[in-house]
Parts: sequence; structure tokens; C-alpha cells
Amino acid sequence: MTNGWTDISNADVILAMGGNPAENHPVGFRFVMEAKRRRGAKLVAVDPRFQRTAAVADHFVQIRAGTDIAFLGGLINYALQNRRFQEDYVRLHTNAPFIVRDGFTFDEKTGLFSGWDPDKKQYDASTWQYELDGQGNAKVDPTLQHPRSVFQLMKKFYSRYTPQKVSEVCGCNAEAFTKAAEIITSTYTPTRVGTIMYALGWTHHSFSVQLIKTAAMLQLLLGNVGMPGGGVNALRGHANIQGGTDMGMAYHNVPGYMPIPKAAHQSLEDYFKVAVPKPLRPNSVNFWSNTPKLFISQLKAYYASAATKGNQFGYHLHPKLPENAATGKLENWSWAFIYDHAAQGQVEGLVDFGMNPVCNGPNSRKMVFALSQLKWLVVAENFETETSSFWKPEILALAGKKTEDVKTEVFLLPAANFAEKSGSFTNSSRWAQWKYKALDAPGQAKPDQEIVGRIFTKVRELYRNEGGVFPDPVLALDWSYANPLSPAEDEVAREINGKDLTTGQQLPSFSALKDDGTTSSGNWLYCGSYTADGNMMTRRSTEDPSGMQRFSNWAWSWPANRRIMYNRASTDAQGRPWDPSRTAIVWNGKAWVGDVPDYPGTSEPEKGAGAFIVLPEGVARLFTPGDTLKEGPFPEFYEPVESPVDNPMHPTGQSRNPVATIFKTTEWDKLGTAKDFPIVGTTYRLTEHFHYWTKNHEKSIEMQPEFFVEIPVELGQEMGIKDGEMVRVSSARGHIEGKAMLTKRIRPMTIAGKKVYQIGFPIHWGFIGRGKQGGSLANITTPPVLDPNSFCPEYKGFLVKLEKV
Amino acid sequence: MSVPTMTRRTFLKVGVAGAAVSVFGFDVKPAAAQARSLKIDRTTETRSVCPYCAVGCSVIIHTLGDKARNVTGSTVVHVEGDPDSPVNRGTLCSKGATLKDDIVNDRRITTLRYRAPGSDRWEEKSWEWAIDRIAHLIKQTRDAKFVAKDHKGRTINALTAMAVVGGCTDSNENNYLIQKAFRAGLSIIPVEQQARI
Amino acid sequence: MSPSISAPALQVKAVSASPRGAAGIKQVPEVTKLIDVSVCIGCKACEVACQEWNDLGVDKIRTLPPGTYQTLPDLEYNFWQLIKFNETERDGRLLWTLTKYQCMHCEDPGCLRACPAPGAIVQYSNGIVDFVQENCIGCQFCVTGCPFDVPKISPSTGKVYKCTLCSDRVGAGLEPACAKACPTNAISFGTREKMLAQATSRAEQLKADGNAAATVYNPEGVGGTHVVYVLPHGDEPDLYGLPKNPRVTFVRLWKGPMKWLGNLVFAGGIVGVLLHYLGYGPRDVEEPRQDVH
Repeated sequence: MTNGWTDISNADVILAMGGNPAENHPVGFRFVMEAKRRRGAKLVAVDPRFQRTAAVADHFVQIRAGTDIAFLGGLINYALQNRRFQEDYVRLHTNAPFIVRDGFTFDEKTGLFSGWDPDKKQYDASTWQYELDGQGNAKVDPTLQHPRSVFQLMKKFYSRYTPQKVSEVCGCNAEAFTKAAEIITSTYTPTRVGTIMYALGWTHHSFSVQLIKTAAMLQLLLGNVGMPGGGVNALRGHANIQGGTDMGMAYHNVPGYMPIPKAAHQSLEDYFKVAVPKPLRPNSVNFWSNTPKLFISQLKAYYASAATKGNQFGYHLHPKLPENAATGKLENWSWAFIYDHAAQGQVEGLVDFGMNPVCNGPNSRKMVFALSQLKWLVVAENFETETSSFWKPEILALAGKKTEDVKTEVFLLPAANFAEKSGSFTNSSRWAQWKYKALDAPGQAKPDQEIVGRIFTKVRELYRNEGGVFPDPVLALDWSYANPLSPAEDEVAREINGKDLTTGQQLPSFSALKDDGTTSSGNWLYCGSYTADGNMMTRRSTEDPSGMQRFSNWAWSWPANRRIMYNRASTDAQGRPWDPSRTAIVWNGKAWVGDVPDYPGTSEPEKGAGAFIVLPEGVARLFTPGDTLKEGPFPEFYEPVESPVDNPMHPTGQSRNPVATIFKTTEWDKLGTAKDFPIVGTTYRLTEHFHYWTKNHEKSIEMQPEFFVEIPVELGQEMGIKDGEMVRVSSARGHIEGKAMLTKRIRPMTIAGKKVYQIGFPIHWGFIGRGKQGGSLANITTPPVLDPNSFCPEYKGFLVKLEKV
Repeated sequence: MSVPTMTRRTFLKVGVAGAAVSVFGFDVKPAAAQARSLKIDRTTETRSVCPYCAVGCSVIIHTLGDKARNVTGSTVVHVEGDPDSPVNRGTLCSKGATLKDDIVNDRRITTLRYRAPGSDRWEEKSWEWAIDRIAHLIKQTRDAKFVAKDHKGRTINALTAMAVVGGCTDSNENNYLIQKAFRAGLSIIPVEQQARI
Repeated sequence: MSPSISAPALQVKAVSASPRGAAGIKQVPEVTKLIDVSVCIGCKACEVACQEWNDLGVDKIRTLPPGTYQTLPDLEYNFWQLIKFNETERDGRLLWTLTKYQCMHCEDPGCLRACPAPGAIVQYSNGIVDFVQENCIGCQFCVTGCPFDVPKISPSTGKVYKCTLCSDRVGAGLEPACAKACPTNAISFGTREKMLAQATSRAEQLKADGNAAATVYNPEGVGGTHVVYVLPHGDEPDLYGLPKNPRVTFVRLWKGPMKWLGNLVFAGGIVGVLLHYLGYGPRDVEEPRQDVH
């Protein structure tokens, strides 16, 4: 979240889209209801289903799953055509005035941008750039009139997204869209603010990053980013998924969102050449110019005395992302690719901390097959899962294999749960909150840090005693914890924050980090979380002197305890708040006061160092230059990879995302067509369950006992299906069965003149748990398709057929 | 800095069982007794955070006993929202309200299980045996599949034949330890969590 | 919460089958639970918070009732709070009303009036109506006497159970478990005076927002209730599974010949057949209960 849960209560308009916060984040949703009650805020819900959020919304619009870019593009067009955008904000805080290089084009017929190579099926992004001046700065036109200004290009690009077009694509009526547009764009004035709450309903698509970018563009046009009550707020789905991401739990990052060094980066210098971008505007803060300080301090935390100036701070000890020898491209080891590689026999072992890929991965049958190809599998868990027990006949049958033929050695390690260990969780608001151990783990269960500690120290012992391949990092890694077999959370938290290696003092903030090896910090982003004053994540002050629900002394928020990201954008060029009744920061003539500002607290507003410090432009990107996003600089609507219709935006041109990632590895990596699978299927969570855990819990199963399929009443009647009857949902990948739930909450719709039905079914059930499980695992049906930027699977909007059992 | 646990709600010591007697012509003591004594009256309170979604609701875990030396069989009596938290102000959703089920649950696994190649059943094993075996397997995989130089002769010192996943309900500290031990120590590139799915 | 609302609140005000009224002299504030239907998201936190606090669990996992997210078709002896899910249409718009249902803690409790077992049903001065299972004889007059169809008998213990408004928590100065858990503040808890004021102003706000019929549900036929609702469509309480005009109908009967019968029951024996007749005979609730599927 750019803002945070508590801040939502400052909003005038809330758009809940690509998420169902009342269902999946009920407690976070309380701030929506507060905004409604206290400010008279309006809630607009847009979703394929009339769900719990819609039940309390002021306006609901049903759209076809996967058509969100068309809807948002329509909102952008509505704002631009009706001059319902905050022009001063847009000029000051976005790249709308930037001039784009000649040669950048978009073909409305084909639906493709300039640079498309039909043979390689990829773009050459060389025309997707700004026009630069002699100093390497981007040229700008503050009047926004230049025909190649981002503003004019964008206006033309989205002029195709008329209410009628939105209706044709999304299946909603144009009036319902226009009413939503009226409410949402009402926040274009400086004194009205709107927020967007989204979740997996936006990330689970083959165009998810572009979708979220469209939302960000809308918020920028309306002047809502950086404002209290504004922003683009991702409601994350797991207690510490934010913290895990922060800590580099992704193949392409190291902790603190620095890119992992690549094969081509043979020296630290090579790495910094790429990791440190050139500023694109004068006075741009260009935060990533600090990378050497951040990365070298991290190497010091890892390798301590083995990281010296003389050996480039142990840079050679850290692995580099390999290139594929055949294609020359960097290898992809993102989550779904791990199993794709495993299915091809390229992975021997997997260590799994509390994750259940058989259930939560796309195309479950492939997941089971992938696991069966492993030599060994270690699972640390609270409960027996479909993953730890994938070799059992009823689960293994999904991959058509026999138990005796699966040679995988499996270890199921009993693990402590959240209540049985201490440490911090970082919530969606970026607040790192400390929790304390309440009781011992049951039986022989051990906390994960002990599992990591014991495994690592044992492997190191083997390397020390027996030698082996490149033992250097194994032996050099600083593991000098008071108890190396089970490092204490407090000790690790201090290490993550980092210290001055000369004085031994904990560092106060990342601004104190140095690139000469005299400071260490496991993750610069958390520098400030555990200072000389103690553990900031344990703070419990309920005071809110701001009156803006910031609670700056409750726990600790990254970065630097900033509660609203891009808060510099909440003020005008002189540092005066757009809305004096709703301030984030204010320039008082000498310094910025209020929330922790984006950039140095005494940097005068007139200096024009932009709010968006992590971008070399210093301002937000309506146009994304270069190949940062693989589909193009502006988000275009593409159909889901499996779709019932041809893309109404360009019926004779490109229908689906031209660069979507589609697996073709196993016999289950198949796509279906509307001829065989005419219905749009979508998956979701229910409020009563958490993912695949609570199927072990009595009370959760009491509330929602078994798998069901939600079917429009009209479709049920057409097919002669009655409430409660068993139905089978099939896709090209496989089928599942469950009880039919006929409902008016999903309506049939007309898409490009064609009648289209959607059905929906919840995740949460599988093979192991209380109540009726029976293998009703939603992901058996989901497609082998990923977004090409984030590599998120397309769980929402794919093709199925429905039958009576 | 804060206090991890607050034992004994002394303010709740007020008895509720002392109400009136014989004015009704019969003894109403049972009526008063029915107003049960508060089940969290003498429990130990520990501040924690809900492990489900990322709203980050603070919870108070009430455990049996006061953590004295001889209390070794503690269990969770109740879990309730922490009213201090600006996030949830004591409220919880239907999942958070069932957190006791997540901790005290007869389906929890409490012993270490092992499945041998080709076997159709679990066997119980000791931690010592399992850690030793896992460490050997990791070392075998690393020694066999480690890539020191790529096809262009560049040093990459990387291992992709082994992956680590998970951690979305582990603390930041443990995620960092995973990153450090497996990526920085054992050279593993595929270290991934739930974020993409 | 102020201490004055806590411990002394549990002085007894009325007792079932008692010849005299209670003689409490302390002035304690009455409590009330307010349910604002317009902000309920049906998350069921109240349902499970109640189950958890009261250490209840249903006997067997239901098979899914068709067409609904509702946990159970009705309240049960071991399930005291239920959100009713009702799909309907108004003004061409789909309306999914999510309404919490439970004991209303009537000011004039039909159950208590009907109960022939001395001390089996107690009304405290703070307004809570509580069942005392030790004294319950399982006759189910309360079931019949309740205009809201709330009390339920346990087949295993032969006693009747229902929501206690967490009398144990309220007695110790805490709010009921459901009220505490509710994330969207659809449930509030406090003194009766404050809750009624809050309900009225919320209903006014809803009216101003275009819900012309918004109202406070605090039915007079039972002397008012210690669980009150704000209903956006106040003219159609049946939309929410609530009776339009609930009344205590058992009173007259009880005040007559029923009284000695009850004493007889308490004394130790009565023929089951008679009980059955008495239990199921004189039922007279004006509005048929709305069955929500």
C-alpha cells in the first residue's frame, strides 16, 4: 500500500476493484465504513460478482472477469474528455509534460506498439523513450500541448475507450459505467481525494502489471497519489508476504529491492553500472544512486570479515543469475518456473517453509507431476498438506503416476506456528509489528529459524570436514549468533537494521550507510527499525497527534517510518498542501513537517526534486519508458489468454497479451477454446477460510463446509441444474466437482453482441482436512499462463464448461 | 519499550457470584453462578499478530497459567483482538476469531515424518537423523549441480538445481535468515515466496 | 467501560416462576447491543467470536444449504449468533441483506414469562435475559413464548440454551464477544441510552442518504429490546428475517392456570403428554417467522 489501512478513513471515494476487501480483509474494510460514516464517502465496487463488498457499496458494476483495463481505460478517457483531472498536479508530479521520441506509435488496428517483431514475438523497445537534451535530461513541455508530449499521446491512446466500448468489452451497461466514472473522477479537485483498494483480482491475470499501472495512472490524473486518503493500495494476502518481498524472497531481487547480480556483472563495478540509473531531470533525487552504500553494507552483513575492500566486499561469494546458454536470455526462476523446471528434471531438491504448491499453484496436476520429479523434498509445516503428501495415491493420481514409482524422499518437519515464536510481521501498510512468543510449540515441533539454523550449520560442518565444491561462501557466511542452531529473532532484527562497524552502534537510518565497508545492514529498507534506542517495531503508542490516523509511534513503517509514500505529491510547487484540511507534509519555510517526507527534510520545494525519488525522472510515470514493462509504455486492453470472444478493441488484430508467458512443458499445459469451454470461470477466496490452512479448523469448516460452484440462475435454468445438485467444472487441464449454488449475484452478460456466462468457485478445499474435501481443488482447472512482468498466474478469467454430474 | 506479556487482569478480580439470595422464596445462587467466572480471569496475556491476511491485526493470546516454572503444559484458552492496535482496535474477522483452532488443533503435526523413495507411508524419525540426512542431500545436490562458470566462461557461482519456497507467514527475521543461509551461503538462486501467486 | 456498568449490573431484576419480583435497589445502567445492518458485511466474526468465547461447537458439519453463504438454517442450542443471508431485489437493484440474528433480550421477555421453572430464566437489572440451565426442566415453554424463535433445546442435555449477551463478560466490565469482534462496527455495545441515541442518529443519516424508510427496530410489543437494529428498509423488517410486530402472547396464559402447573413441574413431576400439549398448544405469534433460505 502506498498509504495504509488507517489512512483509508480519510478518503472521499473508495474504488474497490480487483479485490473484495469486505470478504478478504474485513478488518481493513472497517476504515471504508468509517469513511462512509464520518465523511459520507462513496464506495464503488466493480467485480465479476456481486459479493460482500458490493453488498454495502453505494454503486456496483458487474464486469466480465479480466476486463479491468478496459474499465479503467474508460475512466481515464472520461477524466480526460471531461476535464476531470487535476491539471496542476499532473504537470508537477507526473511525466505528462515529457516529450516522447519520434517513432513511437500504436496501431489501433493491430493493437500493437512500434517495435513488434512477429517472428521473435517480442518488442524492440528502442522507440519507447523520451527525447533527451544535451545533458541527458528528458525534454518537457509544461503546457502539455506538444503532440508528442506524454499527455497528448495518452489522451489520444485512451480516446478509444468510450463508455460504449467499455460496455461492449466488460459487459456492463454504459450508464452504470458512467455513473461509476462520475463518482470516481469527482476526486479530481484538490479538496476531494479517492483511494483504490485492489488485491489478487488484479494480480491474477496475464496483464496484471499493466492493469495496476492503469489504476496508478488514473490516480495520478486525479491527483490522488501521495494524498492522505488516496494512493493505490494493494491489499496483500498473507501476514508477512510484504516482509518476505522486502527480504528478497524473489529470484530477481536481493533484500531491499536491489536487483540480483547477473552473469554479465562480473565485478561490483559492472553491477553498479546497471543498478544505478542516470537521473533524467535536473535535481532528481534518483534514490538508487545510493545502491553502492546499501549493497556493500548488505555484503558486510552476510560475509562480515570475509568481505573486504580488497575482495570487492566478497562480491564473488554471492551467486549471479545465470543466462540460458541456448537462448542467451537470463534464466527465469520465478515461483511457477521452479515447478516448470522441476517438471523437466532440472531441480533435484526443494525446501518448503509452510507453502502448499499442489494447492496454490496453477494447474495442480502439473504441480504434482513436478514434485514427483524431485529427488528430495523438505516441508516444514503445522499441518499435513497436499504437498507433503503428494505421493499418496489419491493425490498422485492427478499426475497419472503410481506411488511406488515416485522416488522422492520426503521430510515433513513439524514446525512452530505464529504463536510459538517471536519476530516481526510487516502488514500491507508496510508497518513492521513485533509479536511475542506465547507458548512452546507442541510435541517435537521446532521454529523455522531453528530448522534453518540446524540445516545450515550441519551443511557447513560437512563442508568444513569433507570439503566440496566452492565451499567459500558456506564457510565465510557470518553465522556467529549466540545460538547458531536457533538464532534469536531479536539478534537477527539488529543485524537486519545494521550497525556502525567502527563503534558497534546500531544505525539510526539508511542515510548513515556507507560504501567503504564500515557499516553493515542486512536490509537497508529496515534500517531504522532497530536503532540504538531499541526495537522500534515493538512501539505501542496509540497517540495520533496528526489527527490523520497516521499513528507514527505505533510499530515502525518502512521506509524511514514514512506512513504515506510520495507524500511530497500532496503539496503544490511551493510546498502548500493541495487540501489544507488533509495534510501529509507541509513546507514551513525551513523544513517539511508532518509525516516523514520523501526526500531530505530541508530540501526547498522550489528546488524541484520530485516526489517519486526512486525513479530517475523524479516524477511519476504515465508513460513507462524503455522495456520496463514488456507490453508497452501505455496499458492496452488485451483479452485473457483463454477468452470467449475476440478482443473488441481490435477484432482483427491482437486479441490477447502478445507477450504473455504460456507454458508448454507437460501434457497438462494446455489451453482451451470457447468452442469446447464456453463459460468464463474465475476463482476466489471466502471470508470464512484462510487459503488452504483453515480446512483443518473446526469452526472455519463449520461456517463453510464444502466446495461449491456459483452459477447464474439463468444458466442453471438453461442447463436444468438445481440448487445443491452436483456439477462438474472442466477446463482443458482437468475437472473438479462440487455442489451448485444458484445465485442472482452473477448475471449473464452480453459481450460484443454475444451472450456470455460467468461462473465462480472458491479455493480453500483439496484432499486433506476436516469436512468434505474429495479433491475439489480449484487450481486443477487454472491455466498455465503468467503475466510476463510479474509472472503471476491467470487465476481469474479462463475458460471452462459446466455439466451436471 | 513495551512489555511482552501482561499477566493477571487484577481489575477483573471483582467477583460476580455474590448476588442476592432469599428474597425470591428460593435460592437464586445458581442464577448468579450461571454468570460464569470470566474464563480469562487469570490467564497470561501475550501480544501477537494474526498470521492470516496482511491487515496485521494485533491479538492477545490468553494462555493457561502464569508461566511459572512448573507450568509446562500450557495451552491457549482464548484469543482476542488487541484493543490498543490502531489497525484493528480489538476487532477481528471470522478467521482471526478462530485463531485458537490454529494453535490448539488435533491435526497439528507434532512428530517428524519421513517418506522413503517408493514408499506408501510415513515413518517417524528423529530430528538428528533428519537434519543429518537433509544436510547430506543438500550437499550432494550442491556439489553435483553447482555452476561455477557459465557457457561464456563467466564466474556465476550459482546453484539452481535446488529451490527454497515459502515464508509468507514467517517473521521478517526468519525470511532474512532463509535469504542469508540459502542464497548468500549456499548459492541458491530460486528463493521464492507467495507474492507471485 | 465504566465500572458502574460491570459487576453490580448482574443484580437480578426478574426471575422465572417466582412469586415476587426481585428487590434490587442499586441503580445500574441498562445495556444494549446495537446492530447497524447497513454496515454489516456478513463476515461472521460475531458468529465465531461467540462460539469461541462460549466454547461451543456444532454437533455435526452441515451439508451445504443450497444457494446461500449462511452457516446454518437457524440458530441452534449450541449456535447462538447467526447471520442471515437474504438475496432480493429492490428498485431494480440486487439487495443482499446480511443480518445478524440472536436473542433480543426483551425488556418484557416472553420466555421468562412463559417459564414455569423457578430460577431457570433470569433478567438482570442491566437488561440481560439469561438462562440458568441448572434450573431448566426442558419443558420448552420458553421456546413457545419467544416471539423471535430463539431458544433451542439440546437433545443431549434436555436443557434450553441461547445467547447470554455474554453476561460473564459484561459482568466483568467487558463487552460481549460478538460486539468486540465486529470489524465494521455493525455491532455496538454500551448503555441503553447511548445506544438508542446512536441508533436514532444513524437512522437519520441513512434517511438523508436516500433510505426514506430507515428506522430503529426496538419493538414495543415486547417492551423494547436490549438488542436493537438500524434497518435501512425499516418498513420491511421481514427482509432481515425479523418479525414486524412481535408480542408477548404467553403472558395472559401464564398468569392464569399455568402458574400452578409450573410450580408442579418444579416440584418434581408432570406427565410428558400434558407438557407437550402446553408446549405446543398456545402459540400465538402474529407474524409468521420469515424463513430465509
